[in-house]
Amino acid sequence: MADAVKLDAPKLKAKDFKSSQEVRWCPGCGDYAILAAVQSFLPELGLERENIAFVSGIGCSSRFPYYLNTYGLHSIHGRAPAIATGLAVSRPDLSVWVVTGDGDALSIGGNHLIHALRRNVNLKILLFNNRIYGLTKGQYSPTSEPGKLTKSSPVGSVDAPFNPLSLALGSEATFVARTLDSDRAHLHEVLRAAAEHEGSAFVEIYQNCPIFNDGAFEVLKNPDTRDESLIRLRDGEPIRFGDKVVVQSGYGLQVKDAAEVDESEVVVHKADVDDPAYAFALSRLSGVALDHTPIGVFRSVKRPTYDKGVRSQVDEASAGVDRKEALDRLLHAGDTWTVL
Amino acid sequence: MNTVRQLDRVVIRFAGDSGDGMQLTGDRFTAETAKLGNDLSTLPNYPAEIRAPAGTLPGVSSFQIHFADTDILTPGDQPEVLIAMNPAALKANLRDLKSGGTIVVNTDEFTKRNLTKVGYDDNPLEDGSLDDYQVHPVALASLTIAALADFDVSKKDAERSKNMFALGLVSWMYSRPTEATEDFLRAKFKSKPAIAEANIAALKAGWNYGETAEAFAVRFEIPPAKLAAGTYRNITGNTALAWGITASGVASGLPVFLGAYPITPASDILHELSKHKRFGVTTVQAEDEIAAVGAALGASYGGALGVTTSSGPGIALKSETISLAVSLELPLVVVDVQRAGPSTGMPTKTEQADLVMAMFGRHGEAPIAVLAPQSPSDCFDIMLEAARIALTYRTPVMVLSDGYIANGAEPWKLPELSDLPDLSVEFATEMNAVDAKGEEIFLPFQRDPETLARPWAVPGTPGLQHRIGGIEKADGTGDISYDPVNHDHMVRTRAAKIAGVEVPDLEVDDPTGDANVLVLGWGSTWGPIGAAVRALREKGVSIARAHLRYLNPMPRNTGRVLERYDKVVVPEMNLGQLALLLRGGFPGTDVVGYNKVRGLPFTSNELTDALEEVIKNG
Repeated sequence: MADAVKLDAPKLKAKDFKSSQEVRWCPGCGDYAILAAVQSFLPELGLERENIAFVSGIGCSSRFPYYLNTYGLHSIHGRAPAIATGLAVSRPDLSVWVVTGDGDALSIGGNHLIHALRRNVNLKILLFNNRIYGLTKGQYSPTSEPGKLTKSSPVGSVDAPFNPLSLALGSEATFVARTLDSDRAHLHEVLRAAAEHEGSAFVEIYQNCPIFNDGAFEVLKNPDTRDESLIRLRDGEPIRFGDKVVVQSGYGLQVKDAAEVDESEVVVHKADVDDPAYAFALSRLSGVALDHTPIGVFRSVKRPTYDKGVRSQVDEASAGVDRKEALDRLLHAGDTWTVL
Repeated sequence: MNTVRQLDRVVIRFAGDSGDGMQLTGDRFTAETAKLGNDLSTLPNYPAEIRAPAGTLPGVSSFQIHFADTDILTPGDQPEVLIAMNPAALKANLRDLKSGGTIVVNTDEFTKRNLTKVGYDDNPLEDGSLDDYQVHPVALASLTIAALADFDVSKKDAERSKNMFALGLVSWMYSRPTEATEDFLRAKFKSKPAIAEANIAALKAGWNYGETAEAFAVRFEIPPAKLAAGTYRNITGNTALAWGITASGVASGLPVFLGAYPITPASDILHELSKHKRFGVTTVQAEDEIAAVGAALGASYGGALGVTTSSGPGIALKSETISLAVSLELPLVVVDVQRAGPSTGMPTKTEQADLVMAMFGRHGEAPIAVLAPQSPSDCFDIMLEAARIALTYRTPVMVLSDGYIANGAEPWKLPELSDLPDLSVEFATEMNAVDAKGEEIFLPFQRDPETLARPWAVPGTPGLQHRIGGIEKADGTGDISYDPVNHDHMVRTRAAKIAGVEVPDLEVDDPTGDANVLVLGWGSTWGPIGAAVRALREKGVSIARAHLRYLNPMPRNTGRVLERYDKVVVPEMNLGQLALLLRGGFPGTDVVGYNKVRGLPFTSNELTDALEEVIKNG
């Protein structure tokens, strides 16, 4: 956000970010909670509304921009990161956000996502993962669990799913985080960290689809199971949850009973570890069953951003150039001849 | 003493292995010829393979130049002179050479092995098969090596200079000055002065060889053409396109944003624009064709002039995003440098078969403006027009160039930059309506009554925050709307906006006024059609001609022009795509197609014959 126009203290409130459009998700959709969290978070950016742009693709989540009183572009399936790249490169004064879903970002738009991340374009990418195709009424998605029974997989899906965070890390992402639709405070905290990050920030938000995949993240929400399943990552603190801890094991990480392990063996979380192998290992703690699922900031490192690199080459070359005169020189350069 | 003979025109083809530097040789000969004031037209022919094995037929690269003391329109149907650097070059090009033509051949390469490689059982230099031609056997490589014996270069580098020996020889034959080439070589090999001097020595040795060897009894002069006064340069279509894009940025005062993915034959536009950062031109080499157009559209949304350049297969991939731009009503310039298709087709060969795709290759009713340059230098002007239409009407504009225009070159009379059009735009900065409660509001789809364009309110503009998208919008507010009447209205409004784009009238060239047949072309057929029309008129045949640079919308007077003629002949390098549009749009017209899809431009001779046939048959 470094280039965006910071204002002293615009006293905007959540309601100032509500648009006049009626919100039309299904009753009970996790998207409502995320929208409310984003609207309550946006004033924290300290930006005027006109300096914020939300770009989305296609899917339930991609309706998001219509409901925010900022600039908004609801584009086409999977292409939001590409369109937002053009906007972010050419407009350093804007804070550009991408809202996408598991189908939009990981299936039809997978190529744009990985390239935005490896370039480190200054975009904040919010991936609402509900592990199902909602808008098209219930087909399995690239994050659905194998064996999933859906309209397009009546005897069970045989697709192996993506782990979105592993994919993002493999794509050289500089900021990778995960949060939950139902945990407003945590969502808020992760959004703040993403906004502060210079470069691509990838945030996976587990989002419940009450119609086609209800309860997909119940294990992380239910008081009976969440303590054994949900790992809250806190920078500089040992990773522990319930009566379990995370320790190094071979080339990766492993969950162990706290009682079996000496305190000194417990891994202390650091998001700025240069080697992505650590964050990757964290992302592999949970499988499709969501056992041992970390949430929080997995990785946050500094790397030059693409948009700044592109702009600095143009700015350097064009500073003080009289373009019309330069055009005349370009046309007359090299072999020319005059007919009298 | 050699005899000097005057010629009014000549067509020369340089042909060799792709490693022989034929394109460079041709470029330099072209520059020398341009300096002398001849009118000229050139056509390179690249091998399809990146690095075909040396000495094989697929590895042959050639460069043809037609130059004359009058204005000319094509690179020439058939070469009269062939420079063949090896047996493959001879074999691949001989059938194009005019009977009785001149062949300068590098005998060093005519070894048993090289001959076998291309299927010659006997040496064509010895078996009498070239008796119909004037053959000049020259040991180009060994003469070059001998000439450079005292230079501090390896034998390999000396041998590599043989193309400059050939250039020197041909420059002598056609009385071309070589000083500029010497300067060029010094600049090109600035960091390797020994190589520069060796090349210059080879060039001079070639010239001197012509002057002293008795083999060349005659040399030729082609006096300068009478061209309009002004400063000229030689330009290819792709360079002119890139400069036209750059000029559009200067003329509009907007930053230019090019999103592109490498593809033959459009990549040179990306390369050229990447060098123009000083004009505020940003180039992004995207991860794919879809991202390339997406990034360009995103930049347009942010207030830049978004441009994307590609060829047929890439344009097909961009189709969905172009439709989005139609729906968003944002400026976007899309360049299609057409090549032979479908699919990969023949990437290095030309064709005009993307017209119908440009017109209709999108889902839904998604009209866009379509323009086509008619010659390499016209690419500059057409880009300014594309930018004008895109910015004025807030619409995608497709520019249909092709491989022939892209790589072909011609002299270009440089424009006065004081004549550069004013393409500046007004962004929306204020509310533009009042709601029922009497409060000022901003309606992102409130249209200009004349152009039907909507306001361009870029992010960052205070108070005008709005949301747009690919879902159908209510006219005015831009809010999501599934209202049947509104959708019908929006579809018709977007169509009316494009139909109403201001374009200049179609000019008809009908000097006698009694022609019954009109020949109507579009795009790169302009040159060959013009040459054919000229040839017919010289024979006393009456024929009218017109050329469409604006294909959508067509000029307002198109119908009135067509109805004046009994027959309208439409030559196209496709199976009749403009003909299809004409038959649909002007059903009373008797359209006669002339169609070939060989990956090659039409020759003026075949068009002359075809047109004469139509006229004769009434």
